Amino acid sequence: MSQTLDPATAAGTTSAAEPEHVPQRRPKSREGNLRTPGWLYGVMAAGLVLVVIPFVWMVISSFKSEGEVMAVPPTWWPENPTLSNYEQLFSRLDFPTYFANSAIVAGTVAAGNMVFCAMLGYALAKLDFPGKRLVFGLVLGTLMVPGVVTFIPLFVLTVNIGLANSLTGMILPFLAGPFGVFLMRQFILSLPDELIQAARVDGAGELRIFFSVILPLCWPALATLGVLTFLAQWNNFLWPLVIASDEDKYTLPVALALFAIGQNSTKYGLLLAGSVVVVVPVLLVFLALQRRIMEGIAMTGIK
Amino acid sequence: MNPVRRQQAVAAWVLALPFMALFLVFTAGPVLASLGMSFTDLRSTDIRTPFAVEFVGLDNYTQLLADPVFRKVTVNTLFYLLLGVPLTMAVALTVAVALNHLQRAKGFFRVGFYLPVVTSIVAVSVVWKFLLRDEGGLVNTVIAWFGVDGPGWLDSTTTALPSLVVMSVWRNFGTLMVIFLAALQTVPRELLEAAESDGASAWSRFRHVTLPLLRPTLLFGAVITSIGYLQFFEEAFVMTKGGPLNSTRSVTFFTFDQWGFGNYSLGAAAAYLLFLAIVLLTWLQFRLLRDKD
Repeated sequence: MSQTLDPATAAGTTSAAEPEHVPQRRPKSREGNLRTPGWLYGVMAAGLVLVVIPFVWMVISSFKSEGEVMAVPPTWWPENPTLSNYEQLFSRLDFPTYFANSAIVAGTVAAGNMVFCAMLGYALAKLDFPGKRLVFGLVLGTLMVPGVVTFIPLFVLTVNIGLANSLTGMILPFLAGPFGVFLMRQFILSLPDELIQAARVDGAGELRIFFSVILPLCWPALATLGVLTFLAQWNNFLWPLVIASDEDKYTLPVALALFAIGQNSTKYGLLLAGSVVVVVPVLLVFLALQRRIMEGIAMTGIK
Repeated sequence: MNPVRRQQAVAAWVLALPFMALFLVFTAGPVLASLGMSFTDLRSTDIRTPFAVEFVGLDNYTQLLADPVFRKVTVNTLFYLLLGVPLTMAVALTVAVALNHLQRAKGFFRVGFYLPVVTSIVAVSVVWKFLLRDEGGLVNTVIAWFGVDGPGWLDSTTTALPSLVVMSVWRNFGTLMVIFLAALQTVPRELLEAAESDGASAWSRFRHVTLPLLRPTLLFGAVITSIGYLQFFEEAFVMTKGGPLNSTRSVTFFTFDQWGFGNYSLGAAAAYLLFLAIVLLTWLQFRLLRDKD
């Protein structure tokens, strides 16, 4: 499945506060069903183990020798832990380049979305202008269009403007993401109009108001949008696969996929080590920022 | 227009311009171009002259309907939808309801169950391919403890597609779980307590109080999940290459193939049919679920 299931897509539509904003410990005045039965923790823990096993197994197995990875029955803990998968992976594939490409594409798309979406979001939330309803309808309408619909015309266009096989060609189509506009608009709507009126009374120009009054207040929403866009782009697959033809333009998922389905598909130890290299950095980023991300989704979802 | 309003309008358009320029060129334009392209005979050899190609009317669409591979991928895509959507919704709702009952460690569990969502589909596909293999796969090893002899899950035309769906549920339920959890927080406690003092069981409180209040959220969840499953691609691309015997090939996969074969117009037509299916299904879901009220 593709990016449609972005957590954030949902944010604006649920009219609900996130758990973080609700008192965690409820009054225990009424005994009984609304209290947590102990077995529930057990069931949830078991479920969590099931969900996390593929990650744990991936990391552990990436330190096994090729022979042990294929062993029947499989071993759980590596008998002779080895780094050889990582050594081979980095000597065969140019991971620093893929890593840099992924970071450049995801970083630029995230930064671009933050700036452009905030600009349009502010205009749609607080300014009055001819064509406003049309712009909003157009942007909102495309939230539902599946990526594959634009895929072939976009490819023809990218080739014709000379951006095939370039990072620019990977970045441009994603710089104007409709979701970001929606998120920023929802957030800016909640900022008080009096702020803007006060700035106008003080003689600030409309653009000045945006850059020095509104934008600094948008940091919580901008951070959320930035992180979500970065994660989505880091994992983006189909478009980079189509656009990159030279190996030095591959992003991490493309390099891994082509390696996985190509001649080397029998080298499972290498593939697992490659998966670790792709997944672990984003997992760490997510874990470090999860509170902020969840709060951000909640914050923009309250309206 | 008075000067203040004019100033506002000018500023608004200056702010809107960068986004709208990119949006029209790279999103709205291609959506329309895709429709136009589907009535022409554009091939990879014509890529430099996309406007000079011949108009062929509905030829691409009739060709698609007659193509056994396209029929197969359409049926597969329906299977992805019919298996994936209820499963994902059920798992997400169950976990969300359970999470909502926890008094401690709620945040810990929520983040844990959400983890698969943020990972690269390509990387976790590689891992799952390995978990699901015949000899020495973790899944078969575990079910062997219970005396079940598992097949090569991805090697057979009957088990490959359901296996991909299970993996997709694993990866995607977290998104819906967060949404459902947020909605569950809004169910008024007084209502549940009133039902409880009227003697309603836990199940009937869920069925008659919580569930009706969740309907808008469930509808939204069903719509976005359906859109996702209708575009199934990456898992099949990495794990099965669409096989065995096309049994896991989806409509999006078909469009990707046509691009590879250089049949751009045929690919665009397939993508547009998918688009129409999504619009139709979304409209249907809204109607069906709304009319019950």
